[in-house]
Amino acid sequence: MSAPLIVFFVLATLAVIGALSLILQKHPIHSALSLIVVMVALAGLYLLMGAESVAAVQIIVYGGAIMVLFVFVIMLLNATEEEHTDFSKLAKFGGLPLALALTGLLAAAMIHSGGAVPNTTSPDALANTSNLSTMLFSTFVYPFELTSFLILVAIMGALVLAQREKT
Amino acid sequence: MNAANSFLTEYGFWVLTIIKIGLLLFIVLTVNAYLTWFERKVVALMQSRVGPHRVGPHGLLQPAADGLKFLFKEDVMPAGVDKFVYLLAPFLALTLSLASLSVIPFGPKPLPFSFFGHQIDLWITNPDIGLLVLFAITALGVYGVALAGWASNSKYPLLGGLRSSAQMVSYELAMTMSVVGVLLMANSFSLTDIIRQQDSSKYGILSWNIFGIHYFPQIVGFLCFFIAAIAETNRVPFDLPEAESELVAGFHTEYSSFKFAMFFIAEYTSMITVSALCAILFFGGWNSPVPATPFWNFTHYLPSLILIPFGLWVIYDGIKYETIFGRIILPGLGTAIAAIGVALIVFPAANEYIQGPFWLLSKIFFFLFFYVWARGTLPRFRYDQLMNIGWKLLLPVSIANVIITAGFVLFRSTR
Amino acid sequence: MVPTQYYLVLSAILFGMGAVAFVVKRNIITIFMSIELMLNAVNLAFVAFSQARGKLDGQIFVLFVIVVAAAEAAVGLAIIIMTARNRQSLNVERVDLLKL
Repeated sequence: MSAPLIVFFVLATLAVIGALSLILQKHPIHSALSLIVVMVALAGLYLLMGAESVAAVQIIVYGGAIMVLFVFVIMLLNATEEEHTDFSKLAKFGGLPLALALTGLLAAAMIHSGGAVPNTTSPDALANTSNLSTMLFSTFVYPFELTSFLILVAIMGALVLAQREKT
Repeated sequence: MNAANSFLTEYGFWVLTIIKIGLLLFIVLTVNAYLTWFERKVVALMQSRVGPHRVGPHGLLQPAADGLKFLFKEDVMPAGVDKFVYLLAPFLALTLSLASLSVIPFGPKPLPFSFFGHQIDLWITNPDIGLLVLFAITALGVYGVALAGWASNSKYPLLGGLRSSAQMVSYELAMTMSVVGVLLMANSFSLTDIIRQQDSSKYGILSWNIFGIHYFPQIVGFLCFFIAAIAETNRVPFDLPEAESELVAGFHTEYSSFKFAMFFIAEYTSMITVSALCAILFFGGWNSPVPATPFWNFTHYLPSLILIPFGLWVIYDGIKYETIFGRIILPGLGTAIAAIGVALIVFPAANEYIQGPFWLLSKIFFFLFFYVWARGTLPRFRYDQLMNIGWKLLLPVSIANVIITAGFVLFRSTR
Repeated sequence: MVPTQYYLVLSAILFGMGAVAFVVKRNIITIFMSIELMLNAVNLAFVAFSQARGKLDGQIFVLFVIVVAAAEAAVGLAIIIMTARNRQSLNVERVDLLKL
C-alpha cells in the first residue's frame, strides 16, 4: 500500500461521499457545498497525477467562481428544501438498479481493458505551466481565441437575460 | 533511542513540517493579537487620544484581555439558522486565511543546522505554483463571507454577506490581473523565484519590481494590487459591508464570542498575507535596498542600530512608568530587545543570516502600518462607488499594465 | 503510482451518480449542479488519460471544458433566475405548461 495509493483512496472516498451527499441532501445549499467538496477532492487527484496547473485552475475557476455563482443564485432566489414527492414504482425499483448496472458495466469494461492506452509516440515534457501555455498558444491558439469569444457571448447573454423588465 | 533516531531520519521531513506549522501558527496568532493592539494605538494617536493604556503597561495586555473576553462571552445561536452552515462559515474563513501563510518564504538561506539530515528552510513549502495556490485560497475565501451572511437567517447579515462577497469577487479579478506584470518579468509562479529575480546585489533598490530596472517599473501594478487587496480583505475604505454604522455589523452580526473572534483573526491574518505578498512581489522580498558593494557594508548593522536604541528607550520609559507592574515588565522587555541587538553585533554569522528576514519583516511591518494608517484616515466608499472602482477603473488599468509590460518584456528580452 | 483504471472507474462512478442526480432531483439548481458533476467526472478521465499517454492534450482539453462549463453555468443560471421570477417556484414539476 504505497503512499500515493492511500492518498488516492482517501480523495476518491471524499469525492464519492460528496457526490452521494449531492443526491441525498434536501436543501440546495447543502448540495452546493457537497459539490465544492467533490471539486476540491478532484483538484487533489489532479495534483496527485502531476497536473498542477489544471488543479489550480479547477480550484480558482470551478470552486472559486462557478460554485460561488451557484451559491449566490441559491441565496438570491431564497431556495428552500425540496418538497416531498413519491417516486413512481418503476423509478424506485427499476431505475436505481438499472443505473447501478450501467455504471457497473462501464467500470467493468475499464477494469477489463487493463487501462490499455496506446504507447506514447512522442512524450511531451513535464506538465508544468510553461509547457502547457506553449502548447495552448501554438497548437491550440484557434480554440483558445474561440473560447474567449464564447465567454464574451455568455457575458452578454447573462446580462441581457437577468435584467428586470422595464415595466 | 535508536528506533526514534531511525524513524526521525526516515520521516523527518513530515515531523519537521508539522513542527514548522505549529511554530508558524503560534507566531502568527501572537502577531495577530498584537496587531490589534498596534491598530488601536496608532488610530488613537492619529485621532489625538491615547488608546488602550490601562490593561498592562501601555495597554500591552489588552489583546490578552480581549481574548479572555471572547472566550467567556455567551455563545448565542439564533433560532432558525442552518446549524451546519452557520458553524462552517467562520471555520472556513479562519482555515483558509491561515493556510495561505504556508507558501510565504521568510528568508533565502536554510538554517545552518539540519534536522536529522533534513534541511530546514525558512518556509513551510515552496511549490512551483506558489502564487496560484495563494490565488486559489483567496478565491475560496468568498465562501466564508457568503455562507455566514446567508446562514444567519436575518436581513442585515444576508445583505451584508451578498454585498461583501460580490465585492470580493469583483476585486479578485483586478488583483490577479495586476500581478501578471510581475509574472511576466519573473517567468515563474514560484515566490522564491520572483524574489530572486529582483536580486539587488548589483543595482540595489532599482532592481525591485516597483522600479523594475530590468524591464518595466510596476508602479501601476502595485497600486492596483494594493487597492484591490484592501478591498479583498474588506478593510477601510472598502468595508461598507461590515461597517458598524451601516448594516449593523454586516455578515458577522449574528456571531458572538469565539465564532466572531475567528472572523476577526481571519481578517487580520489575510492582512498579514497581503502585506507579505506586496513586499515579495513588488518590493524585493528579502533583498536589501542597497547593492552588495563593500561601500554599503555598514547597512548590515541596521538591525542592531534599530534594536539597541529602541530597547534603551523602552528601559528609560519603563523606569518612570506609573504602575509597579510596568516598572518591572518594561525595563525587562527593553533589556531583552537591547540584548538581541548586542548579540547581533557580537555574532557576525547570525547578523549575516538575519539580513534577509529582517528586510522582509520590516517591509511587511511597513505595509501593515500603511493598512492601519488608511483605516485611521480615509472615509469609506459607498457601495456603488466601490463596484464602479473595481470594474471600471482597476480592471482596465491592470489589463493595460499587462499589455504594456508584455511589450517591454518582449522588447528587452534580448538582453 | 496509481494505475490508470482506478481513475477511470472513479470517473465512471461519479458520472453515474451525476446522471442519477439529474434524473431524481426536482430542484432546478440541483439538476444544474449534477451537470457540473458529470463534467467534472469527464475532466478526471481526460487528465488520467493525459498522464497515461504522457501528452498534454488532455489537460488542455480540460481547460477548455472548464471554460465552457463556466459560460454554460452563467447563461443557465440567468435563465433559471428569469424562470423562477415568472413561476415563483424552483420545482421543475411546476414548469409543465407553456402557459403560466
